Amino acid sequence: MSTILSFTILGLFTGAAYAIAASGLVLTYTTTRVFNIAHGAFGMVLAFTFWDFSQRQGMPTWLALVLVLGVVAPGTGWLIQRFVTRGLGEGPVSVSLVVTVGLFVGLVGLAQYIWPPAPRTLPPFLPDQGLEIGGTYVTAHQVITIVLSAVVALMLYLLLNRTRVGTAMRASVDNPVLLQLFGGKPDRVASLSWAIGISLAALAGILLTPVIGLSYFDLTLLVINAYAAAMLGGLKSLPLTFVGAMGLGVLQSFAVAYLPSEGNLAGLRAVVPALFLFVVIVAMPQAQLRIGQVKGIVSAPLPSFRQSIGWGLALVVLVALLGVTMSDANLLLVGTAATYAMVMLSLVLLTGYGGHVSLAQFTFAGVGALAYAKLDEPNLYGLFLAAAVSAVVGALVALPVLRLTGLYLALSTLAFGVLMDKMVFQADFAFGYNGTLHAERLSVLGRSFDSTGGYVLVMTVFFVLMALVLLLLRRGVLGRVLIAMRDSPAACGTLGLDMRWFRVALFALSAGMAGLAGGLFAGLRGTIGAADFQLFNSLPLLLLAVVCGVTSVTGAALGGVGLMLLPVLQSSRPELAGLVFVVLGFGAVALGRDPNGLANQLFALGRALERRFGDRVRAVVPVLPLPGHRADAGEDNAVPLRRLAGDDLEVVLEEQEVGAHVAARG
Amino acid sequence: MSLLEVDDVVVQFGGVTAVDHAGFAAEAGRITGLIGPNGAGKTTCFNVISGLQKPSHGTVRFDGRNVTRLPVNRRSRRGMGRTFQRLEAFGSLTVRDNVRVARDIHRGLRGLVRPAGADVDGLLERVGIASYADERADSIPTGTARLLELARCLACDPALLLLDEPSSGLDESETGAFGQLLAELAGEGRGILMVEHDMDLVMSVCDDIHVLDFGAVIASGPPALIRSDATVQQAYLGYSDGDDGDDAGDDGDDDVTRTDLPAVETTMTIPAVPAVHS
Repeated sequence: MSTILSFTILGLFTGAAYAIAASGLVLTYTTTRVFNIAHGAFGMVLAFTFWDFSQRQGMPTWLALVLVLGVVAPGTGWLIQRFVTRGLGEGPVSVSLVVTVGLFVGLVGLAQYIWPPAPRTLPPFLPDQGLEIGGTYVTAHQVITIVLSAVVALMLYLLLNRTRVGTAMRASVDNPVLLQLFGGKPDRVASLSWAIGISLAALAGILLTPVIGLSYFDLTLLVINAYAAAMLGGLKSLPLTFVGAMGLGVLQSFAVAYLPSEGNLAGLRAVVPALFLFVVIVAMPQAQLRIGQVKGIVSAPLPSFRQSIGWGLALVVLVALLGVTMSDANLLLVGTAATYAMVMLSLVLLTGYGGHVSLAQFTFAGVGALAYAKLDEPNLYGLFLAAAVSAVVGALVALPVLRLTGLYLALSTLAFGVLMDKMVFQADFAFGYNGTLHAERLSVLGRSFDSTGGYVLVMTVFFVLMALVLLLLRRGVLGRVLIAMRDSPAACGTLGLDMRWFRVALFALSAGMAGLAGGLFAGLRGTIGAADFQLFNSLPLLLLAVVCGVTSVTGAALGGVGLMLLPVLQSSRPELAGLVFVVLGFGAVALGRDPNGLANQLFALGRALERRFGDRVRAVVPVLPLPGHRADAGEDNAVPLRRLAGDDLEVVLEEQEVGAHVAARG
Repeated sequence: MSLLEVDDVVVQFGGVTAVDHAGFAAEAGRITGLIGPNGAGKTTCFNVISGLQKPSHGTVRFDGRNVTRLPVNRRSRRGMGRTFQRLEAFGSLTVRDNVRVARDIHRGLRGLVRPAGADVDGLLERVGIASYADERADSIPTGTARLLELARCLACDPALLLLDEPSSGLDESETGAFGQLLAELAGEGRGILMVEHDMDLVMSVCDDIHVLDFGAVIASGPPALIRSDATVQQAYLGYSDGDDGDDAGDDGDDDVTRTDLPAVETTMTIPAVPAVHS
């Protein structure tokens, strides 16, 4: 009996902390329509700040608490609303997701940079004090947390129901335009709710830290628990959010108490929030389509099919030359870049064309790699089967959110990533705990590619083929429908398009592409493990894809090279490890509004060069020039890769040229 | 039986009642106007009719069937088409591709196999925007984009057209041509329900008019009747015309003046109320 009681109290304690975090999340989302993926990351950074104030600098606890909750956190929230997320709620959900994922990665990087890994402890409030309830000892910290959650609930109730600004907040939940029409000030409402929201994230982080420790990732992933709770209230209702949070806390606590800690079900305990989320999402009512969003993204120009083939061949020739001149270690890096580029191609389809965001695209690559290794059929049949498995899994992830909007799809991919990370990939039937699997290299039509150079060439061919298919698709009816769905789902609905199944198919296709990349990657590496496909790898992948240009094949190629260079850079300058993510994260924050990314800057450069030198070059060079002659060998890591990027630049030039021709004819 | 029947619909946003027990109808082959001051709930009504907004109460019947619970796309398949006040053109596609994609969607799987061709240009011709065919939809003028939305809508051959402020952004001669086009479309047997602020256009082309104020229908009838209705004048101008002073007072709404509202930018152009033209 007392065990049940003690686990219930433990559950109520964590539930209370979740409730505090979740109510902040709901507040910011409902008033500004920006779902803050980085909510937990803010809680993490501010918990570190609190530690810094109270432990490192030795301030009294109350002063540190007042400073963090009353000054730093609301100030951060205000700044973020004012300069980062303002106006994002009006735009497509993919942009606000990418921007907050940027914040997420940036904040994790920032914490790692300011507070490098070291053992740190934060004592609970009023240590050594507590009381007995029914034979169970309850610490003062637990009591304080539960009481604070009640105080937060009460304050929010009073704020929303008894004050003018609260009424405006509630009105902006339903219809911000109408609020403005009736004289409300949505901007002030938004700033206030972000200030409160971030403070609540900080409070939750500070309360949980003595229990789960000062960890970059555990506190950051708190967001999943928070939004699982918030989802029960439909991201709207605060009372239901509190109920959800308490329920989730208790459920999680009971899972720890009563589920087996060994065997295949061991991982279940860690994924309770993710499972909870899936259940709530499946039970949610049909979402309504939004109208009146800002849209009409300037898409990257489409190259003609012939030009695409030409530049694809050029890329293959370049990699073939690299293959005979580079060391195996460097070729492995090129192969890795090709893998990343292929996964990013799957994002070009999903995000660039379709306007949906997957936060766990690398997990799908992992599914493909796992299937490929397990099938042990190192040929085209095995590879395509692995891709098909991945596609089916992708469809299964998209199915529960069939009736909901893009935000929920993205959130369920995050939950899916956690689920795979903690429960599936590490299980005995998969890679095993800290285990690896062996994968054979692919043989095509009976011909095997044992040399790394040859295999990387095969990967490049696959990249080029996938890119060609993608561009072909974009030109056809399906491509037009995809763009239409991205630009205005509401208009597509009123034209009679049933977007639900279309979306599932799109998601499956994208997951299949990622799975194919994963299968090829498994063959490249020979041994693969769960660590290769961690959820956290998917976020920088998404960010780099957007920064480099998620609307074009060129952007995917650039992004692949960039993502491969990140760890290289980190290992050569370890002191910059966190900073790289800060730059990447905040770069995505800055560039996230333009999904055409750096590729588009290159397109512009290409346009300028074309105007300046186009005629002279064409006079000397025959049709379809191959840039292979530039591909002399490099001595170190960076040089050949820069060459690779240089080649992309030329692809860009060519695309521009076609664009110009089309424009001229039009 | 009317083509479209809206019955006792209520929509609430938090504490604000945007549509308050509104009921009206639109007939096949006729042009019906839906007018009212800004914030009266006209677009919300459109959203309820087309399925983008769930009403808290009330029913929508279309072509004799209750469609209140049908999703947007199924209503479209039954023959409902709409345009948007805040434009929803596919900005990154060309004008031609906007209509083409609508046609392909409408034709379902057949559209996937054999994409639409020449008939698309015919539609652009018909609404008078053929010269913009190759421009991106986010680069054309607002008025043209509204016509594009109409063309896109027509690509699905709807029985009922819901047009949300279709003429704003058009100049005088374009509006004239547009009125003619509307009459033609109604002549083909299509029902047209139109939210419109250009009173000249409304009064000249509409067969019936419903007036919304504070979410409720305060008057319904042919243009001539609406023009002389005291309640309508009250809602629009905050006072009723002296000539009709004796009519005022038989409606409770007369006590409510618009002066209690915060300043709202109004784009309404109402001709002098005791009108000169028929």
